[in-house]
Amino acid sequence: MKKSNWGFWGFIAPSLLAFILVQLIPTITGIYYSFTDWDGIGKSKTFIGLRNYSEAFTTDSKFLHAFIFTFAFTLCAVILVNLIGFLLALLVTMKFKGSNLLRGIFFMPNLIGGILLGFTWQFIFVQIFSALGKKLGISWLLGWLSNTETGFVGLLIVVTWQLSGYMMLIYIAQLQNIPNSILEAAQIDGANVFHRLRHIILPLVAPAFTIGVFLTISNAFKLFDQNVALTNGGPANGTQMLALNIYNTAFFESRFGYAQSKAVIFMVVVAGISLFQLKIGKSKEVEL
Amino acid sequence: MKYKDRIKGLMILMGVIVAIAWVAPVFILLNSSFKSLKEIYISILAFPKEIVFSNYTQAFEKLDFVQSFTNSIMITVISTLIIILFSSMTAWVLVRNKSKKSTIIFMLFASALLVPFQCVMLPLVDLMSHLNLMNRFGIVIMYLGFGSSMSVVLFHGFIKNIPLELEEAAMIDGCNIFQTYFHIVLPLLKPIMVTVSIINAMWIWNDFLLPQLVINKTGWQTLPLKTYLFFGQFAKRWDLGTAALIIGMIPIIVFYIASQKYVVKGVTDGAIK
Repeated sequence: MKKSNWGFWGFIAPSLLAFILVQLIPTITGIYYSFTDWDGIGKSKTFIGLRNYSEAFTTDSKFLHAFIFTFAFTLCAVILVNLIGFLLALLVTMKFKGSNLLRGIFFMPNLIGGILLGFTWQFIFVQIFSALGKKLGISWLLGWLSNTETGFVGLLIVVTWQLSGYMMLIYIAQLQNIPNSILEAAQIDGANVFHRLRHIILPLVAPAFTIGVFLTISNAFKLFDQNVALTNGGPANGTQMLALNIYNTAFFESRFGYAQSKAVIFMVVVAGISLFQLKIGKSKEVEL
Repeated sequence: MKYKDRIKGLMILMGVIVAIAWVAPVFILLNSSFKSLKEIYISILAFPKEIVFSNYTQAFEKLDFVQSFTNSIMITVISTLIIILFSSMTAWVLVRNKSKKSTIIFMLFASALLVPFQCVMLPLVDLMSHLNLMNRFGIVIMYLGFGSSMSVVLFHGFIKNIPLELEEAAMIDGCNIFQTYFHIVLPLLKPIMVTVSIINAMWIWNDFLLPQLVINKTGWQTLPLKTYLFFGQFAKRWDLGTAALIIGMIPIIVFYIASQKYVVKGVTDGAIK
């Protein structure tokens, strides 16, 4: 096989060609387009230097707001999703009747697409919350998604509901790798539940935390569907996240070149955070 | 011992309460989907006084369910099948042919995982409209292009651990590269194939943005896209809206219940590897 170049390329060709066409060429041309005044599909592109980038960094307050919103959201989502995911994993790995059913229930929202999730929660927040609020006289249940704060918390609830079960599965896999003998030995030596959690379980689950945090960052930072379906960035662009800001710049303002420059910034940030976090995480892991 | 049992009991009780809260949104949705619009606005929290099933028949019609479901299924199944076939072929020769070009090609596939979709979507749509690929055939090619990154990486990791002896023996016995791959290698890949299929199928089934950009034409729309358009049209009609959402959730939940074991394995392995 080593000698047969024909076989090598023949086997690689279908996926490599699709990959080049769909990912490689658009990534490269996209970087070039970010320096142009491109304004629509099929339209011409004139080189305008760094003008798009300087606008994105200086005068675009919507973009800045989307950046801050997305960062704050990602930070909160990482903490909430992984904390709840880990607690759920601890819960369902205690052997009891029905623990499998609970596992299935907690994971279920992860299967449902972002568009359906977003509209489902829009119904819950706007219709159900306000009905409950009126009935019970609780004022903070009223007017959800009508301002940036409740939009932020609402989005956080949706994503926590969706991703916690996913992280739970990852933590379960890691928890099941911890040999019972170690836990029993610690117990005999007098370690209580909290000692065992702090000194045995947590260090040994650390690799899974690296994965969990990585996946949550990547999902939260690039969030689009849920953002569109829940608030569509409103009110007054207050809940517009980066991906939606890029989309709107292209398709509602017809500024493709400018949107592309924001997308390149977006890519650099996503790749930077992901690689940085993986490096940090890997250095903290404990080998058994 | 008694103290420990009490703690465990308390934890389980808490778990059950959380689980109830977890399914509550879907339950509320289901409950409302059987009410008339008037009843939704008057007594949204109560059980339906009389079951209104026409919400479902209307939502079914407005979603063009048969058409959009067929589009979703066809695109998901065909894309997933070609992704697992072509990615596993690629990964296999990349593992077995140890050379610089193999390493470079593998790195190319892997590094694309860091590029967010937003960064390629505009140039991609531009390029695809030049090539006349803005249709259901084109979107399958695009799914192959996007799906191959993750899939090649996953297959690569798995194939590295398969011993070479079987393949060598087959080659010595006169099998060509195709026979070796399809008769010897492919059957060994079954576990990872399940994982890769599940990951890709779930993502493609739920994908909204790519279909919205590429096949947003009457008759071509997928279920998530059609759901989105439905809410654009009937924003305040929560009687139909709740029914439409339940209809949209049924296929994926049925699939999950039928193949829970594989889904859980696929999702976990895909994340960890």
